[in-house]
Amino acid sequence: MSEIGAIADHQQPEIDPSRRKFLTVATGATAAVGVVLAAVPFVASWAPSERARALGAPLEVDLSKLQVGQMITPIWRLSPIYIVRRDPGTIDLLPKHDNELRDPKSEHSIQPPYARNEMRARRADVLVLIGICTHLGCLPRQFFDAGDPVLGANWPGGFLCPCHGSRFDLAGRVFNGSPAPTNLSVPPYDFRGQDTLIIGSEDVATKGAA
Amino acid sequence: MAHQAAGKHGYPAAARVGLWGWINQRLPIDAFLRSQVVEYYAPKNFNIWYFFGSLALLALVMQLVTGIFLTMFYKVGAATSFDSVEFIMREVPYGWLIRYLHSAGASAFFLVVYLHMYRGMLYGSYKAPRELLWLLGMFIYLALVAEGFLGYVLPWGNMSFWAATVIVNLFGTIPGIGPGLVEWIRGDYGIADATLNRFFSLHVVAVPLVLLLLVALHLVALHEVGSNNPDGIEIKEKKDAKGRPLDGIPFHPYYTVKDIVGVCVFLTLLAIVVFFVPTFGDLFLEKANFEPANPLSTPDPISPSWYFTPYYAILRAVPDQRIGALLMLIAVLSFSFLPWLDRSPVKSMRYRGWISKTFLGLFTISFLVLMYLGMRPAQEPYVTMARIFAVPYFASFWLMPFYSRIDAVEPVPERVTFHG
Amino acid sequence: MAKFAALVLTLLSAPLVLAAAEPAASDSAGSAPVRWEEWHAGNAVADTASLQRGARNFMDYCIGCHSLKYMRYQRMADDLKIPTSVLNAKLVAAGSTNLDYIVPAMPAADAANWFGKTAPDLSLIARSRSVDYIYRFLKTFYSDPGRSTRSNNLAYPSTAMPAVLSELEGVKAAVFRDAKSPSGGTATTEKVFDHFESIVPGTVTPEQFDGFVRDTVNFLDYVGEPVQVERRSMGTWVVLFLLLLSALAWMLKKEYWKDVH
Repeated sequence: MSEIGAIADHQQPEIDPSRRKFLTVATGATAAVGVVLAAVPFVASWAPSERARALGAPLEVDLSKLQVGQMITPIWRLSPIYIVRRDPGTIDLLPKHDNELRDPKSEHSIQPPYARNEMRARRADVLVLIGICTHLGCLPRQFFDAGDPVLGANWPGGFLCPCHGSRFDLAGRVFNGSPAPTNLSVPPYDFRGQDTLIIGSEDVATKGAA
Repeated sequence: MAHQAAGKHGYPAAARVGLWGWINQRLPIDAFLRSQVVEYYAPKNFNIWYFFGSLALLALVMQLVTGIFLTMFYKVGAATSFDSVEFIMREVPYGWLIRYLHSAGASAFFLVVYLHMYRGMLYGSYKAPRELLWLLGMFIYLALVAEGFLGYVLPWGNMSFWAATVIVNLFGTIPGIGPGLVEWIRGDYGIADATLNRFFSLHVVAVPLVLLLLVALHLVALHEVGSNNPDGIEIKEKKDAKGRPLDGIPFHPYYTVKDIVGVCVFLTLLAIVVFFVPTFGDLFLEKANFEPANPLSTPDPISPSWYFTPYYAILRAVPDQRIGALLMLIAVLSFSFLPWLDRSPVKSMRYRGWISKTFLGLFTISFLVLMYLGMRPAQEPYVTMARIFAVPYFASFWLMPFYSRIDAVEPVPERVTFHG
Repeated sequence: MAKFAALVLTLLSAPLVLAAAEPAASDSAGSAPVRWEEWHAGNAVADTASLQRGARNFMDYCIGCHSLKYMRYQRMADDLKIPTSVLNAKLVAAGSTNLDYIVPAMPAADAANWFGKTAPDLSLIARSRSVDYIYRFLKTFYSDPGRSTRSNNLAYPSTAMPAVLSELEGVKAAVFRDAKSPSGGTATTEKVFDHFESIVPGTVTPEQFDGFVRDTVNFLDYVGEPVQVERRSMGTWVVLFLLLLSALAWMLKKEYWKDVH
């Protein structure tokens, strides 16, 4: 009868410490893998549900009635999308005020590859932007007329955010002096035919189309 | 800091170094864990019946975690609950898995708790000085019964609705205040949106808090008196020179490592259910609950989940509604009286005579048979059989003061029986 | 004369046709009654081809009245490996898109007017009743001229649903025979179903109709729980992993418990 309880100090050295350590590590590592795998369903459950993804499916917009200088604002993926019919002539004027812009080449803003040009769009006559100010998320207001009395004679036309005064041009590029750090974002979009805009789908255009 | 003496709690200097030392000087985590797990001695002769306490704790944690996540997507309301459960099953990534874990987990929780209680009956774990430990366990059991019932109503399927109707109506049998009480519980003239909403709050917030408190008290009470064991011997009565029980072993690492095996086996069985037979043949998720609640159509047959059916069988066996409800209540509460019903001088069934063993066997058989009968329709021969089997059920408790005293006892050994 | 002869021949041959083409799992025509209550659907949810046929069957025959309001078209197409173009062309009901839930053209109010009640949503019918029940329901419609729908059903007597598949299956009559009432008391007898007799042949053979029903039931089984096939395959890996972990834990326990005597 051992005097020191059930754990015998003086037993034959059957205990192999390295085997004990190996088994502990092996079991512990496998259990750790199990814990990580078990966490996957819970973490994944937070991703947008099928319902959210269905509601966020590509949105078709009919442009046939959109006049020059007019803007419509459908909602896609819970964000307002600014769709503006631009006068194609104004595109040529855009580079003139490049020196007043923080990011004229759209190097730091978010847009699909086909919108990383001067006019930040696939087509000159249709501007598509996400209408959320890149400062703190307000909706910028439209001030499309050049030389607007509020914004000064040099104003080329664009957007003014009412919350903290950020200004953007008619390609959504941010002016220096605005609290907004970068240009307004451009969502993925494409055209089907002349008058149908599809927001959120890249693959609508037939392959090989310009 | 590193050079301070062993400090108030007398543990090694290594634990008082660095950030961990800074924390432990202000909050004695290390000392607490050490005293509760490394310096806590448990009898070395635990057998398979001693897995279920830690498994019950695991089941509780699992229900809490899966329940928290379900609440992120479930939309409570008579008009939305059922749809939101199908939303979870189909449109939330892995929502189906979280739901099945919760529904199977509820049944697993009850299975484990019943086996845990049965261990107490096998080895006299409710006897002095563990009466309060047993009572706290009974409170946990009652809270669990409430939690299970409340949770079952939330999917707002047809069985949810009618289970709520029947169980809430039981309160109407209380003399005098009954009918008013029923309307007060329901918050409406029938089971309605108001009932569902308050059941949601109770199920998600109130009862879980109560459960956590009771489980904490249960563990504190356990550590105060120490575990019983299959031989019913008090290991603290024989200690070595250092004050450690001769028949005890440190809980850590020996029972941590043993309980991990129990956890793995439990999870394996749970996974088999969740992934292959989540409805478990209508026992864990009943067919009728895949139809929305319909106040105009009672499911046929109607019965509660398996863990309530023994008591349901007793309820239906009695032709009088009030007496039936009362007997059902006594059937549930009878366990609480065991510490005082049991007059045997020995704790463990191992050293009791044939009378006690026979009555325990009768209890076991009648509990299981009543469980089966409660799932069957309220027809013959099931009703008569329920009447028959209710007798040994109640007798095993309420005749215990007599038979436990006259029963033979064998000599209890000095030291626990342990076979390496 | 020729017409009369043709009619006589048709009527005489009907029992032969019926006897030759047995539905699955039923007794052969003879003295024993047909035990329709023991028919089993025998469907396999992993059989994607069957599910595709079942989806098409549902859209052709059921969507007119019944919704699958928890199921999205696109989800169904993804699980059943149906290309979106085929989905849009053949399966999506008019007025819906591939991202919508599957709901019928018939407004619920009209259904209540015409049939006395709204046709129930079938998303969960396989779980609330069972595939066997649906199989039996679809296969035990019989002619009952006294009812407004001109038909009745053995699995769901007095159903408000008409025999919408009678074009495919044909019209059959249920032959009942007298049997003593179960309690065997006084001379009360009751009508007990014995067998079906074909009145008008269908456009498909009984085997084809049986396959049609099985595919449709299979599809409803899938709709009841779309994730079930994935669930089982995931489960195999999870259980194997847990068995491995259990084995390691067991060895670890054995190792540590060498200390204990």
